[in-house]
Amino acid sequence: MSENLLEIEHLKQYFPVAGSRKTVKAVDDVSFFIRKGETFGLVGESGCGKTTTGRSILRLTEPTAGKIVYDGNVIFDSESGKKADMLPYRRKMQIVFQDPYASLDPRMTVGDIVGEALDIHKLCRTRAERRERILSLLSTVGLNSEHANRYPHEFSGGQRQRIGIARALAVDPEFIVCDEPVSALDVSIQAQVVNMFEDLQKKLGLTYLFIAHDLSIVNHISGRIGVMYLGHLVEMADADEITFHSMHPYTRSLISAVPIADPKIARSSKRIILSGDVPSPVNPPSGCPFRTRCLYADGRCAEENPAFREEKPGHFVACHHLDQLNPADQSKS
Amino acid sequence: MSEEKYLVDIRHEQLSFFTSAGEVKALNDVSIRMKEGEVLGIVGESGSGKSVTAYSIMGLTAQNGRIVGGSVEFNGHRIDEMKEKELRKIRGSEVSIIFQDPMTSLNPVWTVGNQIEESIRLHTEKRGAEVRKRARELLELVGINEPEKRLGQYPHELSGGMRQRVMIAIALACEPKLLIADEPTTALDVTIQAQILELMQDLKKKLGMGIIMITHDLGVVASMCDNIAVMYAGEIVEYGTTDDIFYRPMHEYTKGLLRSIPKFHEKDYERLIPIEGQPVDLLNPPKGCGFAPRCQSCMKICLAKKPPRTDFDGLHYSRCWLLQKEEFLKNREGELSHV
Repeated sequence: MSENLLEIEHLKQYFPVAGSRKTVKAVDDVSFFIRKGETFGLVGESGCGKTTTGRSILRLTEPTAGKIVYDGNVIFDSESGKKADMLPYRRKMQIVFQDPYASLDPRMTVGDIVGEALDIHKLCRTRAERRERILSLLSTVGLNSEHANRYPHEFSGGQRQRIGIARALAVDPEFIVCDEPVSALDVSIQAQVVNMFEDLQKKLGLTYLFIAHDLSIVNHISGRIGVMYLGHLVEMADADEITFHSMHPYTRSLISAVPIADPKIARSSKRIILSGDVPSPVNPPSGCPFRTRCLYADGRCAEENPAFREEKPGHFVACHHLDQLNPADQSKS
Repeated sequence: MSEEKYLVDIRHEQLSFFTSAGEVKALNDVSIRMKEGEVLGIVGESGSGKSVTAYSIMGLTAQNGRIVGGSVEFNGHRIDEMKEKELRKIRGSEVSIIFQDPMTSLNPVWTVGNQIEESIRLHTEKRGAEVRKRARELLELVGINEPEKRLGQYPHELSGGMRQRVMIAIALACEPKLLIADEPTTALDVTIQAQILELMQDLKKKLGMGIIMITHDLGVVASMCDNIAVMYAGEIVEYGTTDDIFYRPMHEYTKGLLRSIPKFHEKDYERLIPIEGQPVDLLNPPKGCGFAPRCQSCMKICLAKKPPRTDFDGLHYSRCWLLQKEEFLKNREGELSHV
């Protein structure tokens, strides 16, 4: 059994709504763990709280409640009131952002962007050492020394994302939150960056939290996947288990909605088309968050929120109607 | 034999943007023919010219852009020779467009009803209560519930998927012959994307209009399109039926594109095969084939000369020097034959 690098328990992140007393429950009671060296994928539609979850774990926004344990050390616990000093952890936990155009300072050279983290954490004693480290980081992500003196606007989207990755790697982290790192890139460039994430993981033994809305990319890169809906984690299992034996009705519709780049399969496959839109997180439905769009919803779903339970070894799901959905799977367990 | 009539007939179109940094050749010799009721997909990366091609069918080019060669014909009109005033009569009535971002393409200070009715008033004889009635019908057509209530709402009161439906309703107000959909689902979530794609397929069956679907997502074209044009660096590098493109790709870029996407429906893990290199810089385009700098099978001639068109079965064609090898050798046969 491999060790858990990160354990998240009952994480909640609420934001006040301007001009009213209401709160947005962006992340509501989410629990999961990430094993050392694995890639944990987090998928869901916009507004489901996947990015907020990633940021709360790094305490870029202070969580409202819950407990975060990193490598055996509690870095946040609302019950005991423990809030660890994050600076030493920032060296271990890093983030790569979605938009490579907005996440690089246009007035800094690439060398300084990558080197800033080295300065903050005082990792290099001499200028020569700093320069050498920057150049080696750039070469790790497939850029060359000549790029260090240039500015972000001189680079294409894919190259900028490489700069963002080099910056995250500068402090030799163990864990990286990858927040939609390829969604802004062209298809042919996406594959370059995805492969680089995989290579770096092998080489440096990194652990990833990979956040994306594109299920086919997440399925490709992740060992395990968590599916979020309206601030809740509704299903969590191994990547292939999610893709081929999902239990939750939301996950199933999400998977069937992925456009498949193969005309014969696309013509023959039946899509489960969900009606309606995601409800507002300011006024979430009572009980199960998915019930307003669910085909199986009944009175019970409106009254109580289904518990997030382990239905099969390693396969967690929150739904009241699993018996209707999966007669075969149920008999096995 | 009379010449076949096409809804869209673009011949050797060349279009340039004149910027402070110099002339950007956005389109280089693009030819497209499209029949009535056909669904054509245009795929390519950002900057490949897919939007520019489709927009030029409506005569929509930015201020600094100009068609510098070739001709653009739509529904019997020579678009490249028309004046702005004449173009306006066609836009919205014979051809209409839906954009990628439904958040910014609706006017925030007008109600949904106002925006749908505008198009009806401009292009039809309908007036008064008739206009309102038509607007309500359109909202029903695009699957919006409580149409009467929605007509009085402003765009910010609607969700992204709903706004895109409103955009489609506006586009269909005059039952156009051609609908240009520029990345219509890119800004939407997958489950909403599935709704919109299904709606577009339904509407096509009901109304029989032609659709040009501009997208970078091969998954979207696989389920929707009859024919596909693959663009790279302002040129159509391959054209064919959907099956041609997916099962018999000829151009190295098309092949690379198909290899670089994850196979979601297959269980085995396969490492992705990316197309190496960076997207083309249109200010300094390569002299020969646009894709040559990134092509694994690049030959000397690819860097020096633009590849001619090689035709295959049916409409399928591609532009790549690799496909010219046989032709090349055939021409040399003469030199080798005995005297």
